[in-house]
Amino acid sequence: MVIESRNTCFFAIFLFERSPFSKEMENIIELKGVSKFFDGECILDGIDLSIRDKEFVTLLGPSGCGKTTTLRIIGGFETPDRGELFIDGQSVKNTPPNQRPVNTVFQKYALFPHLNVFENVAFGLRLAGAPKDEIVRSVTEMLALVKLKGFERRTVTSLSGGQQQRVAIARALINHPRVLLLDEPLGALDLKLRKDMQNELKKIQRQTGITFIYVTHDQEEALSMSDTVVVMANGKIQQIGSPVDIYNEPENAFVADFIGESNILDGIMVSDGKVKFSGRLFDCVDSGFAPNEPVDIVVRPEDVDVVKLDDGMLTGTVSSVTFKGDYYEIIVDVGGFKWMLETSDYEAPETRIGLKIEPEAIHVMKKSEFSGQFGDYSSFSDEMDHMSDPTEEEAE
Amino acid sequence: MKGRTAFQKLAAVPHIVWTVMFIVAPMLFVLYFALTDADGRFSFANITSLSQYTNVFILSIAFALIATVICLLIGYPLAYYMAQQKGRTQKLLMVLLMLPMWCNLLIRTYALMTLLDNGGLLNSLLDSLGLGKITIVGTDFGVILGMIYDFLPYMVLPIFTAMTKLDKQYIEAAHDLGCSHLQTMTRVVIPLTLSGVVSGVTMVFVPSISTFYISQKLGAGKIDLVGDTIERLFQNPSTYNVGAVISLVMMILIIISVQVMNRFTDDEKRVMP
Ligand SMILES: Nc1ncnc2c1ncn2[C@@H]1O[C@H](COP(=O)(O)OP(=O)(O)O)[C@@H](O)[C@H]1O
Ligand SMILES: [Mg+2]
Repeated sequence: MVIESRNTCFFAIFLFERSPFSKEMENIIELKGVSKFFDGECILDGIDLSIRDKEFVTLLGPSGCGKTTTLRIIGGFETPDRGELFIDGQSVKNTPPNQRPVNTVFQKYALFPHLNVFENVAFGLRLAGAPKDEIVRSVTEMLALVKLKGFERRTVTSLSGGQQQRVAIARALINHPRVLLLDEPLGALDLKLRKDMQNELKKIQRQTGITFIYVTHDQEEALSMSDTVVVMANGKIQQIGSPVDIYNEPENAFVADFIGESNILDGIMVSDGKVKFSGRLFDCVDSGFAPNEPVDIVVRPEDVDVVKLDDGMLTGTVSSVTFKGDYYEIIVDVGGFKWMLETSDYEAPETRIGLKIEPEAIHVMKKSEFSGQFGDYSSFSDEMDHMSDPTEEEAE
Repeated sequence: MKGRTAFQKLAAVPHIVWTVMFIVAPMLFVLYFALTDADGRFSFANITSLSQYTNVFILSIAFALIATVICLLIGYPLAYYMAQQKGRTQKLLMVLLMLPMWCNLLIRTYALMTLLDNGGLLNSLLDSLGLGKITIVGTDFGVILGMIYDFLPYMVLPIFTAMTKLDKQYIEAAHDLGCSHLQTMTRVVIPLTLSGVVSGVTMVFVPSISTFYISQKLGAGKIDLVGDTIERLFQNPSTYNVGAVISLVMMILIIISVQVMNRFTDDEKRVMP
């Protein structure tokens, strides 16, 4: 992945160097200016994306932003209306799916109902005309890898969702693809199983060294599994970067809002290192903006310190407190704008408190098409429900 | 809940009466005639006389098999093609397929006969083009053609239904795993639409093997199938009994073939190599 963004890229690569593989820098997949239209509507708009060999890349974005379409273009099930697609440096625009070194784990598994578990997994090898003993050996090995030993003769319809998912993964991996495409593979599983499968998928990816391109609308899943996250919205890539990079240095208000919790405010970049918002001048570490350029400001809830009223850079009234186990989530009204804070100490509602924000905690972003779309935390409970609803994508 | 309510029992009465009067009783009559002679005495003579009809049975089975296989060869690709089409094209194809079926079977067969007859439309056309006439009516080919013409929709419809129920994701998965178009067909599409094939084959084979009207019209009376034989034997009271035995054998044949076909729809559980 070529990290195209910002001044922090060296830092990010340094931190997230993935152990044995990072020396190989060749791009296994390259999308250049890929656009796709459905019924005259632009669904993908100039996607540029390079993916390195052995990388775990996640396409992350809200439902309908074009993740599946991007994956289907790589898999060969859709052809781009504009742009080029390279696999291993070869243009594959006109290569049918069966001739691409790519396999897919489909969103709804798509296991063949007329074949048992063994035959589903063996499908690709049988096509390739592999000898019988090799098929038996490989299938046994694959089923062990996905922890389904002893399920060989079961019908696929008798398996649970999680087990079907594993069969789908084994069926794809047995062909030793250069790239494995996974479209919300855990979308239908319950939370506990999702977590387990996340770890297992990550492990399988490390063991096999196969490049994974993973689609999800769950930001937590994306952050915890990926080497690189590609944030998408409205058919465009908003940001490409390591999870830490994406979280700490969001490119625009959309990314800041979609990844984690953030207080997003309007500000003015007075000069390098000086930014004005909430009616006050703050020191910050960002620079490179025009004098007095209007900007978007992001401050993460965990980066705001609660101090005594008199010591506060900003002052506000606590409007609600929620106990979250290892911290309290506090909504504070600062001159009509509701901030979200995470603190270790309880603050009673209606208390007046001071807020202190260190220069490093202030992240300044260029204005974008998304500026002003994300308000404060006054209606925040709805938003939470919306963001964490795993069934949201069902409508597809 | 224990037992059925009086109302439920009452509701079943018409059905039971119907079944007894029109299905059970006639079957018992057939059985009775099959096992008695013309004077009503118990006898195996009818069964032993069956051997003289062996050829008729073989011919009927052969005709029905050929017609079924040809219907399958035409019907399967047709159903596949129809399922690929969208909206209006699909509806139009469906109407074209169904249109003849809105017309009575006898009329359809009669129409086909006049079309193919010596003085029919086809031959007049060929004649006027100086190509000479071809004899179809009165030949084996004519009879088989009639069966195909009359029963093809019964092959296409169940296969088409199975095709439309086939989730596109299986086809994509097959391509993804390396199947060419042909391999996708043989390894995924055909196995997953087998239930439609089984229904189609049964629905063509059964009426084909028992038809008498098609063989009479398009065979011009020269070709004698089991259906014709039964009809003829039942027209004369003295041969009722032989007719009954043949009917019975026919029924057993059909039951066996339906059972054989049903075996294919059971979920195919392939054994490990
Ligand atoms: N075959 C299609 N025909 C028409 N519209 C489509 C088709 N596939 C996807 N779309 C539209 O493209 C948009 C992006 O879809 P998709 O790539 O599935 O998004 P995501 O996977 O991010 O939820 C959606 O608005 C969807 O309705
Ligand atoms: Mg999708």
